[in-house]
Amino acid sequence: MVILTRMDAFDFNAALIFSVTSLNNYLRELLETDEVLQDLWVRGEISNFSQPRSGHLYFTLKDSEAQIRCVMWKNSALRLRFSPADGMQVEGHGAMSIYPAQGQVQLYLDALRPAGEGALYQEFLRLKARLEAEGLFDPEHKRPLPSLPRHIGVVTSPTGAALQDILQTLSRRLPILRVTIAPTPVQGAEAPPGIVAALRHLNQLEDLDLIILARGGGSIEDLWAFNDESVARAIYNSRVPVISGVGHETDFTIADFVADLRAPTPTGAAELATSITAQELSLSLRAASDQLDARLNELLSSARQSLALAQAELRRSSPRAFLQNALQRLDETQARLERLGHNQLEARNLRLASSVSRLNALSPQAVLRRGYAIITDQHSGVLISRASQTQPGQELLLRLQDGLIPAQVTAKPTGAE
Amino acid sequence: MPASPENQPSFEAAFADLQAVIDQLENTELPLEEALRLYEEGKRLSMLCSSILESAQLRVSALNETNSTATASERD
Repeated sequence: MVILTRMDAFDFNAALIFSVTSLNNYLRELLETDEVLQDLWVRGEISNFSQPRSGHLYFTLKDSEAQIRCVMWKNSALRLRFSPADGMQVEGHGAMSIYPAQGQVQLYLDALRPAGEGALYQEFLRLKARLEAEGLFDPEHKRPLPSLPRHIGVVTSPTGAALQDILQTLSRRLPILRVTIAPTPVQGAEAPPGIVAALRHLNQLEDLDLIILARGGGSIEDLWAFNDESVARAIYNSRVPVISGVGHETDFTIADFVADLRAPTPTGAAELATSITAQELSLSLRAASDQLDARLNELLSSARQSLALAQAELRRSSPRAFLQNALQRLDETQARLERLGHNQLEARNLRLASSVSRLNALSPQAVLRRGYAIITDQHSGVLISRASQTQPGQELLLRLQDGLIPAQVTAKPTGAE
Repeated sequence: MPASPENQPSFEAAFADLQAVIDQLENTELPLEEALRLYEEGKRLSMLCSSILESAQLRVSALNETNSTATASERD
């Protein structure tokens, strides 16, 4: 009890007494408001590595003198491009904090890479900036890919899975292709000169349409040949368009930037190389064939129509038709003529009969029969129809109905006027 | 190198010819006889293209890795 009392007194008199929780909270606040401690890189060797079911990573980073606990949460761990293990030299980025339950000050990592990668990365950035400034990545320099290549060159390792992936994809999509493989190491010191030589050799093939430069997945160091300046220049100077297919989804290599087209994987590169597949060619072939048929039918039906028109025209203007028409017209005319002739004849006969009867009526004979005489001058034959035409002594001829009587005018005619 | 694949017209050439024939056929001034001839030619090219496509197998060759010349070491 005494002790308790003393403790109470001590508590009471103290200016500031932390609970453990508040101490840890205070520590955390200190750590988490320090700019350096919240954004730092640490290099060290991994030990006590563990990755429980939760997916979070727990390990210690150490050097010869010291160590510190590290945590990497699952969402960051999933982005790792390599598998951390004990003994591995790494560089980690993160923030310092404290795990209050154990009073453990630890580094909460959000990035982790094999040691040395940082220097490589700086070198990569420098080279990239220099080549970019020089224009090696310019979009204007990118050459269009042939839509239907005939001959494709492949620069890759002859033993890698990338080559099989590429050949399978090309064979599946466009088996009419010719493929020339330019085998080269794609990893290690021989890789850059090997790739450069392969590109040069392929460029000597005159009918080559396209080059695929590929490598399967690997760590960033594995892919380092694709960040080599000589490789970049060889791609840039390639006469034949180059598709890069370096198997790394997240990172771009220098080769990717210089290449005319970049695919995330070797298979992807083979797919980009064959933008038109045999299947699509078959479809357009069928379409072309249908077009041929349609055009032929069109031509034939148009020809048939023209023929029908011409035949109709021909029938209208044929000699037979002309002859038939002429014969018909002739028949009609003859009938008309006959009709007309008949009528005319009738009319004439009638007129003749009436003329004859009129003539008969007017005939001097008929008059003579009625007791009249016709007097003519005996010598001149002139008809004497007036007394004044005569003079004494003039010899006349009197015509009666049954004969002529010569006569002489004995006296001067007496006028009756 | 074996001569057989080189003697056969390429798919691209045959297909280009086919397109040219179709273009010609679209010309309405064509005499019918010529049109029929073009149609036959088009059909022949179309079948040729089909058979090339159907029988095609990727022809793979490799440059000699150690050799610095660009001669094909293998061709099938």
